[in-house]
Amino acid sequence: MIRFEPRSRAPLALRLGAQVGAVAAALLLAAIPLGAAGAPLIRAFGLMADGAAGSLFAFTETLTRATPLIFTGLAAAVAFRAKLYNIGAEGQLYAGALAAVAIGAGAIEAPPYLLVPLVMAAAALAGAMLMLVPTLLRTRLGVDEVVTTLLLNFVVLLFVQMMLEGPLKDAMGGGWPQSAPILPEGTLPPLFERMRLHAGFIAALIAAVLVYVLVARTVLGLEIRAVGENAPAARYAGIPVTRVMVIAGVLSGALAGLAGASEVAGLKGYLTADMSRGFGYAGIVVAMIAGLDALAVVPAAIFIAGVFVGADTMGRTLGVSNYIADLIVALSLLCVLVSGLFVRFHIRLR
Amino acid sequence: MSADSQPLVLTLAGIGKRFGALIANDAIDLELRRGEILALLGENGAGKTTLMNILFGHYVADEGTISVAGPAHDPEKCEAVFGQDHARNKESSLAQLTPGSPQAALDAGIGMVHQHFALAESLTVLENVVLGTRPLGSLRLDLGGARKKLTALMADSGLDVPPDRRVSRLSVGEKQRLEILKVLYRGARILVLDEPTAVLTPQEVEGLFVVLRRLVASGLSIIFISHKMNEVLAIADRIAVLRAGRKVADRPAAGADRATLAELMVGREVAQSRRTPRAPGPALLVLDRVSVGDPPGRAGLVEASLSVHAGEIVGIAGVSGNGQSALAGVIAGTMAGQGTITLEGKPLYPAPHASIAAGIGRIPEDRHHEGIVGALSIAENLALETLSDREVARAGFLRFDAIRQRAVAAIRDYDVRCSSPDAAIRLLSGGNIQKVILARVFDRNPRVVLANQPTRGLDVGATAEVHRRLLEARARGVAIVLISEDLDELLALSDRVAVMARGGLSAPRAVESVTREQLGLMMAGHAEAA
Repeated sequence: MIRFEPRSRAPLALRLGAQVGAVAAALLLAAIPLGAAGAPLIRAFGLMADGAAGSLFAFTETLTRATPLIFTGLAAAVAFRAKLYNIGAEGQLYAGALAAVAIGAGAIEAPPYLLVPLVMAAAALAGAMLMLVPTLLRTRLGVDEVVTTLLLNFVVLLFVQMMLEGPLKDAMGGGWPQSAPILPEGTLPPLFERMRLHAGFIAALIAAVLVYVLVARTVLGLEIRAVGENAPAARYAGIPVTRVMVIAGVLSGALAGLAGASEVAGLKGYLTADMSRGFGYAGIVVAMIAGLDALAVVPAAIFIAGVFVGADTMGRTLGVSNYIADLIVALSLLCVLVSGLFVRFHIRLR
Repeated sequence: MSADSQPLVLTLAGIGKRFGALIANDAIDLELRRGEILALLGENGAGKTTLMNILFGHYVADEGTISVAGPAHDPEKCEAVFGQDHARNKESSLAQLTPGSPQAALDAGIGMVHQHFALAESLTVLENVVLGTRPLGSLRLDLGGARKKLTALMADSGLDVPPDRRVSRLSVGEKQRLEILKVLYRGARILVLDEPTAVLTPQEVEGLFVVLRRLVASGLSIIFISHKMNEVLAIADRIAVLRAGRKVADRPAAGADRATLAELMVGREVAQSRRTPRAPGPALLVLDRVSVGDPPGRAGLVEASLSVHAGEIVGIAGVSGNGQSALAGVIAGTMAGQGTITLEGKPLYPAPHASIAAGIGRIPEDRHHEGIVGALSIAENLALETLSDREVARAGFLRFDAIRQRAVAAIRDYDVRCSSPDAAIRLLSGGNIQKVILARVFDRNPRVVLANQPTRGLDVGATAEVHRRLLEARARGVAIVLISEDLDELLALSDRVAVMARGGLSAPRAVESVTREQLGLMMAGHAEAA
């Protein structure tokens, strides 16, 4: 018989070990489909590691890929802290990207020190507004935000496709459904010569620090944690529960919107409807691996990005589908959820 | 009943159980005779529940043995449970119980009613009774036969529950009766009741006691686990007191008294605070015909008027669910109603933060649900009501040093047993959590205190501490509203007592001029019983 006895406290080493162990378990489990696909396992994992961090260039590619994941991971972490389950970061990311090109692709002409902040602010605002609707539905009417945020993703994606076929279509784009490029003044500059890593990564790091300070050090952060852990007690203690949840929701949406801006203004230059490879959903995994800790979101996002980038390299070399990356990400989430049991309970066999 | 002449049905010999460094049970001996009610008295954490879990096979004791009488007058079944050895051994009527097997305990006729009910809410009473008595995979339920047996059982025991009602629609008292019926239905001869009165109103407790007396008269034996001394004195034939895992007393209930039992339980003399006469000051909190609409399943408040003066405690008696929640809600600010509430003449805005800002200290009814945020630290919980204070936060940033210093002081002043102010508050016992809430309430020097069931579920020591703090506040001139289902508590602490029945609040009367019986009648809804 297996018994679960709640732990009174979990030491840091255990909590850290559980997350690392979960990720290792996910990689081990991924060996099963990899083997089934006929790939030599040791070489496959070697290629993945090489592709993710084998050279300075490879590592900057991983960091480039990690940039939107940091933003969406923060978005999930903030919302989940308040027990507001925002599954809509994917949609908010696209809303942000759409707002970024709407402002930055020629509608406004301004010097970089004005246009870059404007583009980012527009994206954050768009993401925030998109998340405001499900948050208000939840706080006012009790509508389950998991359903509304998830379904809004599809609405937004279709809306983006419509805009890219219509008003925002690039006249010079050769008929492709893509937006006009962001003006050079609105672009997030690359950090190094001949590398794709851009200033958006720095912005993501700053965002992580700010979110950490907000949650851990400010009154609002304490209110968000109190509301998330026990809303009736927070209300009894005089905390404005609805307002706190709305702020957490709007903040979450804004962070996801910034992910979109960073992608179009830093990496792609223009918007297409297949820009995000599920960064919004992967952000949830990032937040869970990070245990909803804003600073831990950064290494978690870099790890997940490494899986994506490494799997691309491995897939190209060995002829294995790079969907293995999505598989590993999904397995990581499952393993992290299971490892949480080990942190919260003594598990005894008898 | 003089039970000494009756045969033994259960003996526990030298039971010991350790959890890591904690000794939960230390060489405990216990005997139970046929037709006897044995009370197991002890504070929270004294080892009562561990001992019963060992008896019931949920835990395996590190040392010691349990022996049970075989199913009466049924040698065949006796053999099935204990094996041939016992069936042949006519000398001893007791046989050792297989440790660690709930099934063996059930088969030996031991039935346990837990404090927290284990009922399927969406099934009917009858279905709940049958649940688990049939082998998995049997196709027919045979509810007809079960119904007959259950009806007979209800008639015999006096436990009455409508068999076809859904459990979700039963009252708490009915659910408990159903739990006892479930155990009897399975043929229990030894009934273990874990804190059975914790969820009951005084009337329901009386009803339960009638049933228990009837059951022992028919030959059952009962172990009654409790930390409430007056109940134990009222129902038990014999009282065993546990303290810190050891049995410190085992004596007949006749001749035992509260003070001795309390001392045995706590291990030291418990100072009971006394109310001293004091002239009340001006009216501070005034409710004028306040009404709250009926929230689903609960009585609201109907035109309640009340004025509470500085330096007095007004006790609110009543069976739970007669509008106390609404009364507490409008004072605490969690509910809005019609009518006016004023504090020192100023109208009170109906919001929790407004109540706090106006100087009302609030002790919530359910401390885990509304009082604390379990995952946050003790220090953070202490600061939760005062996040806009300059000592707690400046420019939106928390001042951790100040918050922590305050927590250290509160932990010292209120003797909160904890590892550090940064520990998650959910790790504390109920009594220590209540101390943190008391600290949060009284540190702000409130003008008015609302204490809603402040001692519910607390042990003797913690209860005495709550009483002492309330009386100290009264002496400082605080106006206190004390809502409680414990008449002893109300009569001991209150200057005036009012009664709630069906949402109405009677005019408070001086405590010297009311009797228990009058209050009881008024609680039952007989307005203004003479």
